[in-house]
Amino acid sequence: MLLGPALGVSAILFSLGVAGVLLRRNVIIIFMCIELMLNAANLAFVAFAQQLGPEGQVIVFFVMAVAAAEAAVGLAIILAIFRHRQTVDLGDINLLRG
Amino acid sequence: MPEIVGWVWLVVLLPFFGFLANGLLSFVAPRAKTAVSVVGVGVLVASFGLAAGIFGGLLGHSDGAPFILTFWHWIPVGDLQVDVAFQVDQLSAVMLLVVTGVGMLIHIFSVGYMREDDGYARYFAYLNLFVFFMLVLVLGANFPILFVGWEGVGLCSYLLIGFWYTEKVNADAGKKAFIMNRIGDFGFLIAMFLIFKTTGTLVFTEVFGLAPETFAVDGPTITAITLFLFLGCTGKSAQIPLYTWLPDAMAGPTPVSALIHAATMVTAGVYLIARTNVLFAMAPLSSAVVAIVGAVTALWAASIALKQWDIKKVLAYSTISQLGYMFLGVGVGAVASGIFHLVTHAFFKALLFLGSGSVIHAMHRAYSATDRHEDAQDMRNMGGLRRWMPWTAGVMWIATLAIAGIPGFSGFFSKDEILAMTFARGHDEVLYYVLWGVGTLASLMTAFYMTRMMLYTFHGPNRTGERERDHLHEAPWVMTAPLLVLAAGSVLGGLLNLPHVLPFHGWLTEWFAPVTGLGEFYRAEMHLEAGTEWSLLGLATLIAAVGIFVAVRFLRPAKLQPAAEAPEETGFGKVLFRKYYIDELYDLVIVRPLVWLSDRVLWRGVDVGAIDGAGVDGSARLARGIGAIGSWLQTGQVGTYIFIFVIGVVVLLRAVSGP
Amino acid sequence: MLELVFWFFSAAAIVSAFLCITRRSAVASALWLVSTLFDLAAIFVLLDAQFIGVLQVLVYAGAIMVLFLFVIMLLDLGREGRTDMKGSVGQFVALALGVGLVVELWVLKRVMDAEGGFAAQTAAFQLPEGELARMTEAQGAIGIIAAPLFRQYLVPFEVTSVLLLVAVVGAVVLAKRRL
Repeated sequence: MLLGPALGVSAILFSLGVAGVLLRRNVIIIFMCIELMLNAANLAFVAFAQQLGPEGQVIVFFVMAVAAAEAAVGLAIILAIFRHRQTVDLGDINLLRG
Repeated sequence: MPEIVGWVWLVVLLPFFGFLANGLLSFVAPRAKTAVSVVGVGVLVASFGLAAGIFGGLLGHSDGAPFILTFWHWIPVGDLQVDVAFQVDQLSAVMLLVVTGVGMLIHIFSVGYMREDDGYARYFAYLNLFVFFMLVLVLGANFPILFVGWEGVGLCSYLLIGFWYTEKVNADAGKKAFIMNRIGDFGFLIAMFLIFKTTGTLVFTEVFGLAPETFAVDGPTITAITLFLFLGCTGKSAQIPLYTWLPDAMAGPTPVSALIHAATMVTAGVYLIARTNVLFAMAPLSSAVVAIVGAVTALWAASIALKQWDIKKVLAYSTISQLGYMFLGVGVGAVASGIFHLVTHAFFKALLFLGSGSVIHAMHRAYSATDRHEDAQDMRNMGGLRRWMPWTAGVMWIATLAIAGIPGFSGFFSKDEILAMTFARGHDEVLYYVLWGVGTLASLMTAFYMTRMMLYTFHGPNRTGERERDHLHEAPWVMTAPLLVLAAGSVLGGLLNLPHVLPFHGWLTEWFAPVTGLGEFYRAEMHLEAGTEWSLLGLATLIAAVGIFVAVRFLRPAKLQPAAEAPEETGFGKVLFRKYYIDELYDLVIVRPLVWLSDRVLWRGVDVGAIDGAGVDGSARLARGIGAIGSWLQTGQVGTYIFIFVIGVVVLLRAVSGP
Repeated sequence: MLELVFWFFSAAAIVSAFLCITRRSAVASALWLVSTLFDLAAIFVLLDAQFIGVLQVLVYAGAIMVLFLFVIMLLDLGREGRTDMKGSVGQFVALALGVGLVVELWVLKRVMDAEGGFAAQTAAFQLPEGELARMTEAQGAIGIIAAPLFRQYLVPFEVTSVLLLVAVVGAVVLAKRRL
């Protein structure tokens, strides 16, 4: 029964992902931190799946598909921004500023 | 109900159609003066004919009860039911005759007087409209309808005072009249609210019917109502303290002064008190106030008239003074006498004004013929006019004798009756002896200033100017004819209500009995011994004779100089000439502080500061301030957003996870 | 024994994740992330999710992370340049929020335990001990996922395929210089 320890690891990894997002300015690394958070969530799903049935693993399957789509689109956006601004620093990207 | 009384609506509507037609003509064909004259005068003649018929119909039915004709429901709101309804009774029938009769004569006179004016059609439109509203005023069967007429005549007064509005003085005079009347109207409105609050109705007959059971005699409610009503009367009828607009109102055309500011509109206050005499009879305090204000105004205005040089100003103050007599009459409870004086005054004061109009007309033509710009209304520029204007001089002497109170003329009987009634009340309360004395003194002054006016205008050497003299002419017949009719009225009007000691006495008093009878119960008995009455009549005659004699004996028209060269007044004469500086006093005490308050506090403080600054600009500034905070938060830095987002998540989780 | 292996990979995953978010170089970060993903794949296997573990290695550590590295190198961000770390205040806030989050999640677990624990709350649909391992033996690692995926979750599965198609088109539109 590794449910409790697995959830603990999941929580720590998720918090590390959050801290990474807050810590870094490089958009690509922030993106990787998001992937880290997704994986932390996946770990929680898999841990529950061991106790409650394989549906949890099916959800992980979907999460992976979404993550893949997200990575493709997100990296494309980063490419497009870089092409315009020659930077991947979040501090320099302020398109949202009115 | 006599059949003809049912046609009373036509009496009212005819002038209104005249107004519509002339108003239309003033836009479409301002030069069509013949058409305007036919319409403007025609409707009044028809109205007068019909009014005479109604009066005649009423003569046969003097059993008392008023005829009330309801046309439609105007304001049916909950308990407040206001109908458009006319009340034809003894009082309104007399007023109907005076308004249409004198109005008709003045309309005819105006045809000559205003002939050369560009605003001829506009003038007749206003004049017709005035008659319409005046008829609504005297015929209204409830307070709101009366108030409609009351405001309507005020509007027409304003329009006609400022008829020559291109000159600022005239426009200002119009505004002054209008605004001072607002003060009075405020009182009238409050009185109406109080009446509705206490009796639950505004119909005259119902209010007067309910009054004895609703109000305590001399109680605070009835006193307040009547005092507020009287405040309205002081505004409309130019009594102290709201009289100063009337002399300025002389800026209008002279026939307007005759019709509105002498014969009809300004007597509306007297009419209102006569109409509500039941209420005033139940409020002795208010009645005393009315009598005191009337007597004091009579003396006050008469003293100012002593030193005026403008012929119309003399007549204006004379009007205020005579209105004071009327209020004294209705104040002491002699309602019929007050209305009696109203009727006779309508005759001789209209005559005086029209006569002065005839003089001014001649003077004006003389000056414009030689292109000189002198004051055509200043008596110092007149003198000896009887040689050129014998008819005018003659009829004006008749009116002067009437107003001065020479026996046989109408003014003698009506004024004496008021003073006699006042004297009779003095038996119970000494106050009325004092008022009688004040009134008698005023009548002495009246005789003096009227004779003075006549002497300076028509007698002595002429001061108009060498070349102008050749252009002085008697007015055309269309102007003198109405004067003759009014002169007949001034002489014979007294027959309506002869003193007790003469045969055929008191016809008008009996005629008004149904109107005044309701309040009779509350009034003090007014009875004079025959001997006292005879001596009072004799005294009145003596007073009038002394006034005229003093004027003739001591005034020197020959020594008078034209206005341009005249020396300035000195001493008390100057105080009188400047009308006791009342206008200046009002300006200092009321107008200036009000202007200051409006300018500094209301405009700059409240409007610019509070409403614009805090309200309008303030809300904009607030929105901009909030926007600035939002804009400061919205850095566009995604990193910042993430920070805020995560903080939000942590806080929310804290809230979810409990203690 | 099993727990020992679990703790080993857990420790490795956490350390790798920490290094991932603290390395200055983007390439180094990416490689530490790959390490974390591998560790997680091992943990998945330990938790009776063999198929997911394999997918983790193939899709995540293989495809997605290669994509990341590919972009990093395409943009020439590989060399160690100016640090993109935030200032000391930012670091402190990030640390505080990260620790705060862990603490809160821990508190959440305590609350759950106080209400009878996970087992009590999910007793109605709890599988017997070792049931998933037995199902895996009976149906195969792919079989236990395939059955619900193509029956119960067929519509979401198809929608996911549409999502991927949209992502492909979107990526092309965004990344291409000129269409």
